[in-house]
Amino acid sequence: MSTVLATSAGSGTAYEPPPEPVAGGRRRRWLPYALLLPGFAWLGLFFAAPMVSLFTTSLYDPSGSEETGYQLTWAFGNYWDALDLYHEQFLRSLLYAFIATVACLILGYPLAYAIAVKGGRWKNLMLVGVIAPFFTSFLVRTLAWKTILSDHWIVVGGLKRVFALGDDFHLINTEFSVIAGLTYNFLPFMVLPLYASLEKLDPRLLEAANDLYATPWRTFRQVTLPLSLPGVVSGTLMTFIPAAGDYINAELLGNPKTTMIGNVVQSRFLTIHDYPLAAALSFVLMAGILIMVLIYVRRAGTDEVV
Amino acid sequence: MRRVGRFLARYWVMAVGLAVLAYMAAPVVVVLLLSFNQPANRSTTFLLDDGIHWTLNNWTDICGGSETICPALSTSIQVGLISTLIATVLGTLIAFALVRHRFFGRGASNVLIFLPMATPEIVMGSSLLALFVSAGVPTGFGTIVIAHVMFCISFVVVTVKARLAGMDPRLQEAAMDLYATPFATFRQVTLPLVMPGIVAAALLSFSLSFDDYIITTFNSGNVVTFPLFVWGANQRGIPPQVNAIASAMFLIAFVFVAIGQIRNARRARRAATS
Repeated sequence: MSTVLATSAGSGTAYEPPPEPVAGGRRRRWLPYALLLPGFAWLGLFFAAPMVSLFTTSLYDPSGSEETGYQLTWAFGNYWDALDLYHEQFLRSLLYAFIATVACLILGYPLAYAIAVKGGRWKNLMLVGVIAPFFTSFLVRTLAWKTILSDHWIVVGGLKRVFALGDDFHLINTEFSVIAGLTYNFLPFMVLPLYASLEKLDPRLLEAANDLYATPWRTFRQVTLPLSLPGVVSGTLMTFIPAAGDYINAELLGNPKTTMIGNVVQSRFLTIHDYPLAAALSFVLMAGILIMVLIYVRRAGTDEVV
Repeated sequence: MRRVGRFLARYWVMAVGLAVLAYMAAPVVVVLLLSFNQPANRSTTFLLDDGIHWTLNNWTDICGGSETICPALSTSIQVGLISTLIATVLGTLIAFALVRHRFFGRGASNVLIFLPMATPEIVMGSSLLALFVSAGVPTGFGTIVIAHVMFCISFVVVTVKARLAGMDPRLQEAAMDLYATPFATFRQVTLPLVMPGIVAAALLSFSLSFDDYIITTFNSGNVVTFPLFVWGANQRGIPPQVNAIASAMFLIAFVFVAIGQIRNARRARRAATS
């Protein structure tokens, strides 16, 4: 189980210093590079090179097409067009991702705390519960929210009865359902890093705070929360980044007014084949996320993120 | 009343935690229910508004919903197996280099491994397509595998690295002191100890590959994987068999994890008694 956790907590766990070279071996200098080579070659060719390719594509002459071919004309105007046409979807994506991340933190913290501190012998079972959604298809689980939030099923029906809501009350195909879907889909990415950092918390510190007459709230604010900050930071990043680029929830659970930037990129690339503008959109998305992440990391003040 | 208050004060964190777990479990439970439901037509596959019409048809005729449902499933399994094999080998090699060796560029390598996990899928998918388009490479089965290996490597590295970092280096030293050759040490001491990490990494990478939609859709050409089938069918009406397949996936994975947990618990108990 710990390996699965380490994966999701990836960015949150500080690297341990490498052990001293194994006794008796005069290490061959080239060996680590040989071990790295095949994997890094793959990443270089299919992760780094595509980024360069995306960047040049974003500067192609926008009047080109697949038939006439594209020309690199350093058309920075594509970026202007991207922002001009789709700033609404950009802001909406960042806003939805922000709300979903906050919701994940509010829901995920008590769960992670319950597992790490109060879990006892149920710890492993509860952890399996956290990763269990991954056992089946992401798309099918998202579609299941259509069932749950449907206008005539027990959830909405019950809400209508309890709060005497009118017939125009809907949850499905609204902003609510899109954000709820994002929250649901990325919650495990919040819980696992939080759990990883709360698990390391020494219970004696909490006892000490208690012995010194700190109220539970004060103990939480001054002991637990600061010590779990690396988990909070990596959890929010693991949630915010994929949520801002997601378009599956907006497509399956939303309406045309909840379109996110991912929807635009996807249709520009795959339906309209307008590669230059789509590439510019992708790049702006990445830049936007990067800027927000940098500001956040600096304010949160942890160096342990990477 | 006061006792209720004290009870709540004591257990409210657990209660909230369990409620959140229930929220996380709800869609899976609904998919299990839907797999036993006979919808009126394909546009109501994901609706239970007028209760469940119990049936076993979705399970007994699991390939019957569409001519392409089971071929798509088999494509996904093939892609998953091939990508997992490649990504696990490449990622494990990197993990060994990063944990076992000190070398120039180690810090930069760690950052590089983290980058694909921190990049939105849509950016990775679209950039790969931009590369394939400008290089004139036709997209299809091969390009899907290329893309899947790319995003699985980092997860393999992190998983195997966690296992390696937790290992006691003195075990290898002991083997060397007993005149084991480096190769024998690796095969008989290191590898068996790292194996659980490698297996976990392989399982993780298979499930990531099997479930990927966003990156795949950019690089699939005419090839249809299971997630692409679900997405495409969603526009026309989804065959109810999709829910049976998703439920079967869940149950199979659950059994795997349960066996692993039981074995771990048994081993821990044996270690405690001996």
